[in-house]
Order: sequence, then C-alpha cells, then structure tokens
Amino acid sequence: MTSHSLNLDKLKPILEKYTPDGRAQLLPALWEAQAAYGYLAEPVVAAISKALRVPFAEVHGVIEFYTMFYNQPVGHTFVRVCVSPICTQLGGEQILDSVCGHFDVQPGETTPDGNYTIEAVECLGLCDHAPAALVGDIPLSLEVAEAPSSWVPSPQAVSLGKVSGEPRWLTARCGAIAPTDINAFQAHGGYAALKKALGQMQPADVIAEVEASQLSGRGGAAFPTGLKWKFTAGAANNPKYIVCNADESEPGTFKDRVLMEGDPFFILEGITLAGYAIGAEKGYIYVRGEYPRAQKTLQTAIDNARRDGFLGQNILGSGFSFEIELRSGAGAYICGEETALFESIEGKRGYPRLKPPFPTTNGLFDQPTVINNVETLCTAAWILANGAQAYKSVGTEKSPGTKLFCLSGDVANPGVYEAPFGILMSDLIDLAGGVVGDVQAVLVGGAAGSFAGPEQLDVPLSFEGLWDAGLSLGSGVVNVVNTERDLRIYLLSLAHFFAHESCGKCFPCQLGSRRQLEILQKVAAGNATKADLAALEDVGFAMTQASLCGLGQTAGTAILSALQKWPEIFSHQ
Amino acid sequence: MFIKSENFMTEENIQLTIDGIPISVPKGTTILDAAREAGIDIPVLCYFAHTTANGLCRLCVVDVEGSRVLQASCVAQVQEGAVVHTNSEKVQRSRRTILEMLASTVDLSESPELQEMVVEYDCHPERFENGKKRQPEIIDDNPVYIRDYSQCVLCWRCVQVCADDAQFTYAINFSGRGFDTQIATFFDKPLTETSCVFCGNCVGVCPTGALKSKREHLLEQGVAPDQIFELTRLQGKGKRSIGGPHLDRQYQNAMERE
Repeated sequence: MTSHSLNLDKLKPILEKYTPDGRAQLLPALWEAQAAYGYLAEPVVAAISKALRVPFAEVHGVIEFYTMFYNQPVGHTFVRVCVSPICTQLGGEQILDSVCGHFDVQPGETTPDGNYTIEAVECLGLCDHAPAALVGDIPLSLEVAEAPSSWVPSPQAVSLGKVSGEPRWLTARCGAIAPTDINAFQAHGGYAALKKALGQMQPADVIAEVEASQLSGRGGAAFPTGLKWKFTAGAANNPKYIVCNADESEPGTFKDRVLMEGDPFFILEGITLAGYAIGAEKGYIYVRGEYPRAQKTLQTAIDNARRDGFLGQNILGSGFSFEIELRSGAGAYICGEETALFESIEGKRGYPRLKPPFPTTNGLFDQPTVINNVETLCTAAWILANGAQAYKSVGTEKSPGTKLFCLSGDVANPGVYEAPFGILMSDLIDLAGGVVGDVQAVLVGGAAGSFAGPEQLDVPLSFEGLWDAGLSLGSGVVNVVNTERDLRIYLLSLAHFFAHESCGKCFPCQLGSRRQLEILQKVAAGNATKADLAALEDVGFAMTQASLCGLGQTAGTAILSALQKWPEIFSHQ
Repeated sequence: MFIKSENFMTEENIQLTIDGIPISVPKGTTILDAAREAGIDIPVLCYFAHTTANGLCRLCVVDVEGSRVLQASCVAQVQEGAVVHTNSEKVQRSRRTILEMLASTVDLSESPELQEMVVEYDCHPERFENGKKRQPEIIDDNPVYIRDYSQCVLCWRCVQVCADDAQFTYAINFSGRGFDTQIATFFDKPLTETSCVFCGNCVGVCPTGALKSKREHLLEQGVAPDQIFELTRLQGKGKRSIGGPHLDRQYQNAMERE
C-alpha cells in the first residue's frame, strides 16, 4: 500500500475527538493514529496537522523527537530489549544479540514478514526484573539463556515485583489488594486523606500540614513540597494545574511504576488533594510511554474513581470539582524534566524551558502549576491521613519520614524497599538479601547520581548523610555492581544513555553527551589515552557547569565520580 | 517586524558588579546587556538581538558568585548585589570546551567570527578529531538558496524567523534530536513543496555558511554569472528552466494558471 492510497476514514473519529483542544491533544492524536495505521504516514500526519492547526513542519518535528513515534512502516509487534546500565550489567546486550540473531535483523529493523520490530531501548523501568524486555505491551523478565523462539511469541508478563521494607506506609497496599478495586482501596485506608481534607480542612490547612511534615520532592530535586504548593496557591492567575510527573525514566528507578501498578488510587488521591490545596480543577498525570501496563491500570482507576464520585463534579458533596487526564509520553527521558514535560503535554518537542520563570507562576499552558513526582503525591496523601507529626516520627531530623528505595543489580532480591530515611546503605542492601558476590561499586541516586565505593556502604541514606559523603539521593536508586562486572561496560552504557536522551537544545549537552560516549568507547576498548581522559574531564565540566537543564548538568556526574574514584580502570591497558 | 523586548518601563534600578565594575541598570536587563553597558564584551553565538533568546550555545555563560552553575548571560537577568565574573577560569574552560566540541562537529570554515573565538580561547578541536561529525549533503532543492547543514551550529535562528519571530511561515522545524538534530521540512520535502515563501529571512540571520543564496554558492563553485542566470531563473516566457524538477513544477503551475 502506498501512502497515497491510505484510507483516512479511521482517522475521522480521532480527529473529531481531539480537534476542539487543538495542539494540546497532538500527542494523544498521534498515539491513536499510530495505533490505527501502524505508523504515522505522511497523509495521516498532514490530516492531523490541519485538524489540530499545527504547522506541518512542527508536527513532523514532534514525531522526530519522540522515539516511540514512527513515520515509516514498522512491525506489528515491538520487541523492546532494555540495554540500560542495569540490564546490561545482567546480560541485556546478550539478549538483544540473541533476539536479533534469531530473527536475522539488526536493532531497529523489522522482520521480513512484518511481524516484529526489534529495538534496543535505554531503560524500561523494570530494573527489579533485569534483564528485561517489553513485547508489545507485556513486560518481561528474561534469562540470558532463554530462547527468543519461546519468549517472543508467547511472552509471560512479570508480576508487580518485590515490595518490602519497614514501615510500609506508602506501599502498604502494593501487592496486598487488587489495584483497581476502589472498595478494597477504601477498606485499607484509602481516600481517608481526601475525605478529611474536603470535609474538615481549608486548602490553606492542607498546605500547612504538608509544610509541617517537611516533605520534599522525591523526583530527584528535593524541593520542599509545601512551599511549592503555597507558591502556586498564591499565584495570581487562574486556572491553576497540578501535574503528576510519572515519567520515571532514570535508569535504576522503578518505584513509581510499582506504585502505579500496585496502588493507583493512592496517586489519584494525592493529585486530587493537591488540586484542592492549590485551587486547581484539572490535573494531569504524565506517564512514560514505556509503561503501558501502568497506564492501563491508572486509566481504569481514573474511570472507577469518576464512577464513584471521587473525580468529577462536586466530589463527595464538597462543592470541589476536579478532573484528571492521563497522558502518555512517547520515549524521551528529557520529558521527566518538569518544563519539558509541560511542553510535551502542550504538543511540542520536549525541550526544557529556561528558568525563571518557574512553574509555580508560569507552568503548564503558562499557568501556575504544581508538578510533583508520584511518590511525593502519595506521601502527601499519607501525611494528610495520618498527620505531619506521625510522619516525622521516623527518619532523621532533616529528612523525616520514609523513602522508597530501588534496589537492583547484584543483590539477592531486587525490588522496592520502603525504609525510614537514615537507614544505612548496608542495612538496606541486607533487606534485599545482601550482595551477590563482592561489592565493586554502588550507583546511588540514578544515572544522574554518583558512585559509592565498597568503603562507603555504611553511609546513612538521608539527604544530609549522602551530601556529607559527596553523594545524592536522586530518585532513590541503589544499584549494586559486584566485582565480577566490567565497570567500563557499565559506564559505556551510562554514556550511551545520555547521548541517546540529550534533547539537543543546548550545545554543552548536545555535543558533550556525544563526545563523552566516544571517549567511553575508547575506555571500554582499553585504548583511552591520558589526553582522552583530560578531554573527558573537560566535557564533563562543561556539561555540568554550562548546560541549560538538569539532564545536561548531571550527564557527566556519575562518570566523573567513577574517574575520580577508580582512575586505573580508565587508563590505557 | 523586529522588536527588541526590553524593560524600559520600570523605574527600579539594579546595582551589581561585573568584573569589578559597579553598574546600575534597569530591572529586567540581562547580564549580557548590562556587561555591554559597562564596556565588557561577552562572546555570543546563538544570541541575536532580533530573535527570541533561548540560551542555546552557552558561550555567553558567566560566573555569578553564589550560583551553583554558570549562567547564560543572554537570558539571565541582573540581580541586586550580584557579583559577576565574565571571564573566570570556569567560564573559560566551559567556553573552550564548547568551542572545541563545536569545531570538531561542524564545518566552521565559513564562520570567521567563530574561527577567531577558537583561536582566542586557545582551543584544540583535534582532541576530538575522531569524533562524529555532522556532514549531511548540501540540499539544493530550489532556485533561491542552498542549505548546507554540515555548517549548521543549531542556533535555531532560521526556525525562529520562519515562525513567530518574523515571518509566521513555519516551513522549517527540526528532525532528529540530541546530537543528530537537523533543521528540516515536513517529511524532508523540498522547500518548494512547503509553505516557504522565499522571504530570505533565514538566510539573513544564519551566522555561518549553512544558508546561502544560490548565486553566491554557484559563484564559489566557479560557475560563470551568465550560467547562473540560466540555472536559477526562468529564461523568459515559454521557455523551461533547468533549475530542477521543483522549479519546473512551479513553472507548470504558473502556465496552468494562465
């Protein structure tokens, strides 16, 4: 079928649905059109462009930005093999090789029968199941030796994964109830916070309670949540928005996926509470495209919540009306950066904006916006239900409460572990069954974090404890690498991640992430010179100091920390 | 059409120090403009007074005491009491590295100002000599100008003047992302099949040799002026151009209208 003979009938209902909102519905329209036609052919894109009144070249630019949009024919089913540092460490590359060998294609190619397109992807957020893959919408955990002839045609979905720790405040219901059963949710304490807030509290009281808890953001930047809510509530313009950042894409991070798949109403409760607190009537939850199962679970939860009066007009008879719209990302780590996420919802390439102005005054659609991570919003809901004092009863003085840690790599039982702030890293690793082998390195905080050596295992996992040790909490990643692993391959994979995910807006990151990768290729091959390593330090410095956004500013951090700690592994062999 | 937005209306002035020079400027002034007022030159590349500043190239970064990272002076506004260093060691190291990476990626042979900066900052682009370069083929798809993206630094000015900063034509945007970003049309179509009106704004704002009039390009190739006329213009009514299929189509359309 040539593109000119495409029948555009299937597009009509999609355009009818999305035309009224124009550009703001560009990504949803592209997703549905791609599902209907298999890929985004030129006449389809042109029709969308006209209907949504977005210039042709700009729609093309949007499709080109997101790795999960295709403007050329692709296979019926995608086989996406994770090659993040975490999966690579446990054999991801071998799995990619074996599936490509099985179908006799290269990564990115489609099988001749058109059934499968095989892709290497940067991170699927299935680090607890590593090495992992996604076949169609089904998340898999694989063994390196497993034959593609069995797992590709009949993929077996993984479970929610290991969730453990003490106390289980945020994860109490994860794995304990049917996630989309709203009655079970309420029977286990769910919606207590929302009922209390709508029934007994003014919005300012809600904000005061969150402020009193000292809750800070769990996405990585650790900004005080109460302050963010207060700034937004006090901003002059209306409407205001609350956005839940569920674009969890940091290699090694999967806690938000577990919350979304295990306790979706908890997140909706947190978003609704935040909406009430700041005076918003609309909330968005932006979930990465690589999380189809979480999206499905959340959408069901949203529908059920609306059915039972927890969303929509006049919630629980309080007079407060609120809606939540689920948005899917489309393959771009940068969209976890808050302003890039806004751009994406607005139907644009996910370029981070200049700050200031900040989201609290100029956020989504240039309106005052609170944007919070999934875990942050769940924590806020817990605090409202149980009180700030109860929340501060565990943890440290400067980092009160509990935190979800993502344990992966060479530990006996990878998973999400909830523990009070201040727990020693060694104790946390013991919770996960201990190290498999001997510790060579621990990546703390995520790809944007830094490495701890075996001598640092007793570091307390709190904001201040990690800061004192020259580390950062980031998104709660603790990825253990044992002495059997070649750290140079791990670092190469990290460098590949940033080169792939740099948006290209500012020069230091656009160019530096590429140059960093090239030097790490030399390091992995054992032929990096002293001059190369000096160049690597300069590249890392320029990215850290001069990049426009947080992605670029941290794209060299982990690699520089490894270079500082273990210069011998970088040297010419 | 080009309006420079500046905050002339505020009465409030900000006092700060740039490279040891005390200066007072209206609130809302960028550090770049404040420095210029003090006679201090900060290098820029993507910044252009008549397009929206996006802080892309980061060559204009400056060191503001107390800041976690360097600030792009073209967009960062002055703060009361700020102490700014426009040429500190950190600033120089960043600028030098950015220029080295740029010079090893993009053909700067027709960008004399950038070449001067490469010398001034003692850059050694050969450190990255085996690094990937951006070397796409020259796009010659219309009678008016050529696009040589091997010389493109991705300053975005052409996209901006084609869109909301001047012409509202929206013929060009981007393809790819990250290092592999390139300026592109809808599905990479020839410009003659896009909304391009050949206003020339993009050629005018291009800081390198990436966008160039076809006449200039052909003269450089050693083509004689007479031949250029034949290659790029209709040769009178009823005669077909040899400027390529797209020009032919335009010509046919014109004939059909008559």
